[in-house]
Amino acid sequence: MHSIFGIPTPALFGQLLLGLINGAFYAMLSLGLAVIFGLLNVVNFSHGAFYMLGAFTGWLLLAGLGLGYWWALLLSPLIVGVLGMAVERLLLARLKGLDPLYGLLLTFGLALIIQGVFRNIFGVSGLPYGVPSQLAGARNLGFMILPNYRGWVIGLSLLVCLATWLGIEKTRLGATLRAATENATLTEAFGINVPRLVTLTYGFGTALAALAGVLAAPIYSVNPNMGADLIITVFVVVVIGGMGSILGSIVTGFGLGLAEGLTRLVYPAGSATVVFVIMIVVLLVKPAGLFGRST
Amino acid sequence: MGVANRVAALALALAAFTGGPGQAADVKIKVGVLNDRSGIYADLGGEGSVEAARMAVEDFKAADKGIMVDIVSADHQNKPDIGANIARQWYDQDGVDVILDVPTSSVALAVSQITREKNKVFIDSGAGAADITGKQCSPNTILWTYDTYALAKGTAGAMVKNGGKSWFFLTADYVFGHSLQKDAAAIVTAAGGTVVDSVNVPFPATDFSSFLLQAQASHADVVGLANAGGDTVNAIKQASEFGLTQGGQKLAGLLVFISDVNALGLEAAQGLNLTEAFYWDLNDGTREWSKRFAARHGGKMPTMVQAGVYAGLLHYLKAVDALKSKDAAAVLAKMKATPTDDPLFGRGSIRVDGRTLHDMYLFQVKTPSESKGPWDYYKLIQTVPAADAFRPLGEGGCPLVKG
Repeated sequence: MHSIFGIPTPALFGQLLLGLINGAFYAMLSLGLAVIFGLLNVVNFSHGAFYMLGAFTGWLLLAGLGLGYWWALLLSPLIVGVLGMAVERLLLARLKGLDPLYGLLLTFGLALIIQGVFRNIFGVSGLPYGVPSQLAGARNLGFMILPNYRGWVIGLSLLVCLATWLGIEKTRLGATLRAATENATLTEAFGINVPRLVTLTYGFGTALAALAGVLAAPIYSVNPNMGADLIITVFVVVVIGGMGSILGSIVTGFGLGLAEGLTRLVYPAGSATVVFVIMIVVLLVKPAGLFGRST
Repeated sequence: MGVANRVAALALALAAFTGGPGQAADVKIKVGVLNDRSGIYADLGGEGSVEAARMAVEDFKAADKGIMVDIVSADHQNKPDIGANIARQWYDQDGVDVILDVPTSSVALAVSQITREKNKVFIDSGAGAADITGKQCSPNTILWTYDTYALAKGTAGAMVKNGGKSWFFLTADYVFGHSLQKDAAAIVTAAGGTVVDSVNVPFPATDFSSFLLQAQASHADVVGLANAGGDTVNAIKQASEFGLTQGGQKLAGLLVFISDVNALGLEAAQGLNLTEAFYWDLNDGTREWSKRFAARHGGKMPTMVQAGVYAGLLHYLKAVDALKSKDAAAVLAKMKATPTDDPLFGRGSIRVDGRTLHDMYLFQVKTPSESKGPWDYYKLIQTVPAADAFRPLGEGGCPLVKG
């Protein structure tokens, strides 16, 4: 059997692929965070709660209306996105011009409230949500068994990341968005409705989180704390990538997934810590993050 | 002296007057249900345990027998310091006589210590560390429902006997996970099996795929899950995704509650082997009680922890009724001298180290087609008789055991 550094190659490939799949979740979540931070200058701590809401909306659609996974994939981001826009309009908009710390506190409190309410209604054990029948089963890749569903997750999230990046970098709307990020007052002077743009952006960011939530529902436990468990790692991704950098969050998301995957093979007990070690090293060398601009 | 203190002093003085010898006909008891009401163990105990305590009082017809029972409850948030503070306040200021439930072993050990200091009664149902009736046993503490040893013995012992010779452990990387693995590994080797390998999974974990892949590659007969709560749910969900059981390996949950199985759904949980002390659909007695419980608790069937709160309080009330007194030492002696007998756990006894002995059951989770409806989850594989289910008295290292 071939091996690299004493690790059998099949095992290595397997872990790398799994790492990439986890990276897909990190990338999608941190992408939304980066977009929101870039435009609103808000450190959106309720991102994990929106991710959880996405998964729960999927479950509610199934349990309440009998609408399955594919409908959830479409409807859940829409519903949560609208909710996100309402949060921006009714709450976050009022903090405009204040220290970013207030936005952080508001979104953090909001996350605690949302999680608390869901814990009260649904309990903490979680709710069952199965893999859709079209994606059930697994295939043997020779070096590992890959569940079809995981293949779907990585494909879809790559697509979404690419579309978002292209949308922001290559389209007119994206150009307006970037201009507003750069200088909101000047952009407004050109007759662009910046507050609306801000609301839509926040809605889009939360919709991305909800989409990740629906994607996660069949493989992770659907419970009120599912977002809180993930959000710290996602913030680390955003910090390493450079706060507000779209490309940075995508590349770092997948990259950290890989790093975690490798650590799980070499030193499993350290796999939860490795992202923080990387963060410290990156911050020491490049304080603005890998793709961030120092200001 | 603050206002609050003065008020408290006044209340105490009043209580001393009103509780004078003139009204001694009735025994007044205050029961405190202390558990996790908001965190990861809220579903297996929580408000359901309080409901179970209320049912025990009603079923015993305590009021007709001249026993006035008042039930209070609090959330210990799975933190030993918070749990210890509440226990102290309950015993010192609120006149609580007996504390029930208390999941999370670290909190249970703290409460056990305080109960001993204050000479009160502690009947634990939710915690699992076998040390509670082992090295750190107390004359004032009874561990009613289960412990890690009994779970490991039930699941690991039976699985090795049924051909699961080689084991791979997925272990939550903290004290509880390691002690669960240690107990199970000892039983696997004693029964003639081997432990091929184990992997320490950081706690808490969301993604188990990498570790499951390592478990698959080990070709061990059995993959043992030495973890609990959300970790177990995630691990089982993903094991089903990766086709672990379809590949011929068996999955053994070393600490799985029916609330976890309910969260997983049968599609993901089917085929899982697990040990519990109680299941609602065991016999007429458990069915009758459980249906009444579910009707009062939002349609949710009781967990073994909630059942243990009921049975423990019932046994306590029997002792108080027999003695017509709530004197802690006398009640504890009576409880240990009288065989336990209730519709949920059947006949049993309480040992000197505080361990309640009753039958344990090895279950297998049904397939979706075998299940006839909601909460119809388990097939009984084997009954482990009370005498074999728990750690032998002499092996726990409890100082109360002489000889």
